Amino acid sequence: MSNGTLIVGGSQAGLQLAVSLRQLGDTSPIILVGEETHPPYQRPPLSKEFLAGQAELDSLAFRAPAFYADSGIDLVCGERVSELGLSPSGPPGSGVAATANGRELPFDRLALTVGAGPRRLALPGADLDGICYLRDHNDAADLRARLATASKVVVVGGGFIGLEVASEARALGRSVTVVEAAERLMARAVGPVVSEFYRQAHLRRGIDVRLSSGVSGFDGERGRVTGVELSDSTHLPTDLVLVGVGVLPRTELAEQLGLVCDQGIVVDAHARTSDPSVVAAGDCTVQPHPMTGQGRVRLESVQNAVAQARVAAATLLGRLDDVKSVPWFWSYQGDLKLQIAGLAAGYDDYVVRGEPDDERFSVLYYRQNRLLAIDAVNRPADYMAVRKALGQGVTIAPDRAGDAAIPLKSLLAASTTAAPAVQRADA
Amino acid sequence: MIYIGSAGREYAVDAAVGDTVMAAAVKNGVPGIVAECGGNCSCATCHVWVSEEFAPIVGPPNDMEEDLLDMAVSERRSTSRLACQIRITKALDGLTVEIPPEQP
Repeated sequence: MSNGTLIVGGSQAGLQLAVSLRQLGDTSPIILVGEETHPPYQRPPLSKEFLAGQAELDSLAFRAPAFYADSGIDLVCGERVSELGLSPSGPPGSGVAATANGRELPFDRLALTVGAGPRRLALPGADLDGICYLRDHNDAADLRARLATASKVVVVGGGFIGLEVASEARALGRSVTVVEAAERLMARAVGPVVSEFYRQAHLRRGIDVRLSSGVSGFDGERGRVTGVELSDSTHLPTDLVLVGVGVLPRTELAEQLGLVCDQGIVVDAHARTSDPSVVAAGDCTVQPHPMTGQGRVRLESVQNAVAQARVAAATLLGRLDDVKSVPWFWSYQGDLKLQIAGLAAGYDDYVVRGEPDDERFSVLYYRQNRLLAIDAVNRPADYMAVRKALGQGVTIAPDRAGDAAIPLKSLLAASTTAAPAVQRADA
Repeated sequence: MIYIGSAGREYAVDAAVGDTVMAAAVKNGVPGIVAECGGNCSCATCHVWVSEEFAPIVGPPNDMEEDLLDMAVSERRSTSRLACQIRITKALDGLTVEIPPEQP
């Protein structure tokens, strides 16, 4: 009897991997183990609709409870895999996992979809009550309860999570200050034009944004946080702090197996780790650029979790598909809907389309006249046009892209062959 | 409600009031509705054609949805909607939607 596939991590990537294995015709057992007590659910709404009271754990579940049994997916919730070993004598990739509760799970094939955890601050007072992080449902439920009674909220970190939470807190009428160490917001994700737009837009909505501001520690009384100390000695009174300063990929299990890790589990374009019989997918991985195959990037996104998990499932079944996919991201901060397609890293030119003052504009990024990416604010048609262009390997002439009166889709040039054509990663 | 797959197969699903047409499909494993973005009107991979009799009750797409439909889907019809933007109400009991053969 086959032991089948063990998928470690009840995440979006983990579930997708299981589903894709079934869609590809795999009939052997699948065990999907997650340390949370809930079946896999959507995380992105936790910093948005969930905080606003418009979503609950049940509505966020990816699948109805019966789906797992119906699909022959053995879902194990509330168990954390703490030890992994590959069999030295068995078939490549086979081995045994042990959970923290002492349960043993033998497997023939192994997939790691273990995700990432929030980077935590090691500063004086960082363990005071009222200093929160946001990654999973329990974090979000705690934060939502605290937001209901908080008055002065300080958000440490001006990235997606921080600004989404800041927007929700402000919409609830809280006083909100965002403290960002870098000189601009969302510096890792968007260009300077978009960063500056968001600074002003959040100011207009009554959020105090402090750039180039490091946090040196936290003050408290009777174990509860009462203030944030900035490195320039500014003191911000607060009764609730949300820290969103990025994530650390969970590499402990991969390291136990001796897999190569470099700020994430290193995988190739087929989602294979340094032991080619073991695959990994999602936020825990670093991979070659998904469109060019060059370099090494870490993509924390739903799109990547889904696309990479599909590739990983095919790989486990011996199908090394040559799949390229267009990365895309979104961050909805109140009524400001930011949608990103492509990766702008290395751009040498950009074109602004529309007026930032209208809160409806896009920035297209180019390298040597070749379209790389778009940041679109409340312009979904622009975003979709660029996603399509990148997927088809065509460009949009930069000298015309700036005319907001011309629909971008009419500018998709059929002639360019510089960028690789992209195939869907469909199972 | 009922989903008609591109090969003609029908999937009947008990959808709860308040769920979206997308979520009811995905949660119950109805194939063909990909919904990569999880219902955020960001990916256009939950395109459906609403049956003629229900189209007036379901109504037209919203502005953002309109832009995505315009750009993304392979066969736009007057009854095209993104399933993530249709919320189930009691008036939609028996709603039937068709799933196109391709999602972007």
